[in-house]
Amino acid sequence: MDWLKFINPREEPSKDVAKERLRLLLIHDRASVAPQLLESLRGDLIAAITKYMDIDESGMEVNLENVGHSVVLMANIPIRRVKRGVQASL
Amino acid sequence: MQGKVYVVTSGKGGVGKTTATANIGTGLAALGRKVALIDADIGLRNLDVVLGLENRIVYDLTHVADGLCRLRQALIRDKRMEHLYLLPAAQTKDKTAVSPDQMQAICDELRDDFDFILVDSPAGIEQGFRNAIAGADDAIIVTTPEVSAVRDADRIIGLLESAGFEQDHRMLVINRLKPSMVRRGDMMDIDDVQEILSVPLLGVVPDDESIIVSTNRGDPAVLDQSSRAGQAFRNIVRRILGEEVPLMDLNDQNGFLARFRRLVGIG
Ligand SMILES: Nc1ncnc2c1ncn2[C@@H]1O[C@H](COP(=O)(O)OP(=O)(O)O)[C@@H](O)[C@H]1O
Ligand SMILES: [Mg+2]
Repeated sequence: MDWLKFINPREEPSKDVAKERLRLLLIHDRASVAPQLLESLRGDLIAAITKYMDIDESGMEVNLENVGHSVVLMANIPIRRVKRGVQASL
Repeated sequence: MQGKVYVVTSGKGGVGKTTATANIGTGLAALGRKVALIDADIGLRNLDVVLGLENRIVYDLTHVADGLCRLRQALIRDKRMEHLYLLPAAQTKDKTAVSPDQMQAICDELRDDFDFILVDSPAGIEQGFRNAIAGADDAIIVTTPEVSAVRDADRIIGLLESAGFEQDHRMLVINRLKPSMVRRGDMMDIDDVQEILSVPLLGVVPDDESIIVSTNRGDPAVLDQSSRAGQAFRNIVRRILGEEVPLMDLNDQNGFLARFRRLVGIG
């Protein structure tokens, strides 16, 4: 993407870079200094999902990952069986 | 009336905790309040030097904690302010020489005689930090507008939160702001930092050579009427005393208008 600098020589102000880096950094920091946060989220996810399907809790992974310019919540949840005839409650 | 205890803390070192403690304390004393400053940075004491009191130290915080002297004996009276006292840190011990319980007891004893007790915290999140916050009601978090300082401030705010400092017992001081860099887009501004940390703002102190000059002399800048940083600290002091004081204009610090305003004392 370096050629872009030729077309637009004005770089993004460094304070915007700083702010964006901090935003991503603090998502990781806050989640990792409070491991119980991800643990508790994991519990809530299991509770929500098992209404609809049986899952393999031992193979379940819930993590934060960097994808490009954002942090995403990655949940890898092996499904054993989908329940039959569950109505989505409104 | 029982005095109130503030801890001045940051996470990262070198962002201005000691400078802020000395200036806010001196400023409060200049307005007639009784103030005790505690240097909790055991092993790296500095507050005595910033206040110009380094030659008067006999006893220190660890002597008091160990019962080797009475609290009164260890308190050093300031050379300018009648109602300002310093409890210095030991220079030869480490942070484990005092326990959080002992710190709390010392703070509580000081409440009887002083309106304000300010505890200058060491850098870090270890025992030195836990000691410094042990006896405090409110926390003043100091940061500079830089990525690493703001990151560490966020960590400290999290720790303060889990230690029971509620939202209205935490306040932020942004130190060493450079208006010219903010204008160029090369430094985060007040709103950026506040948006990230979401802590109520107590004040903004510009980066100012007069801080170094005043530290050289051991005379806090808050007493220097021509110092910009001193003005910022005077404003912080008035906010602590409950006054609503607008943020000072940090721009055009050497412009004619700014100099004129300072001359007539409304800057
Ligand atoms: N607003 C300011 N302008 C210029 N220099 C400053 C300012 N605040 C602090 N400093 C300088 O920064 C250095 C670190 O400050 P200090 O108060 O000792 O930080 P800390 O106690 O957080 O480690 C000192 O040399 C001090 O003079
Ligand atoms: Mg210090």
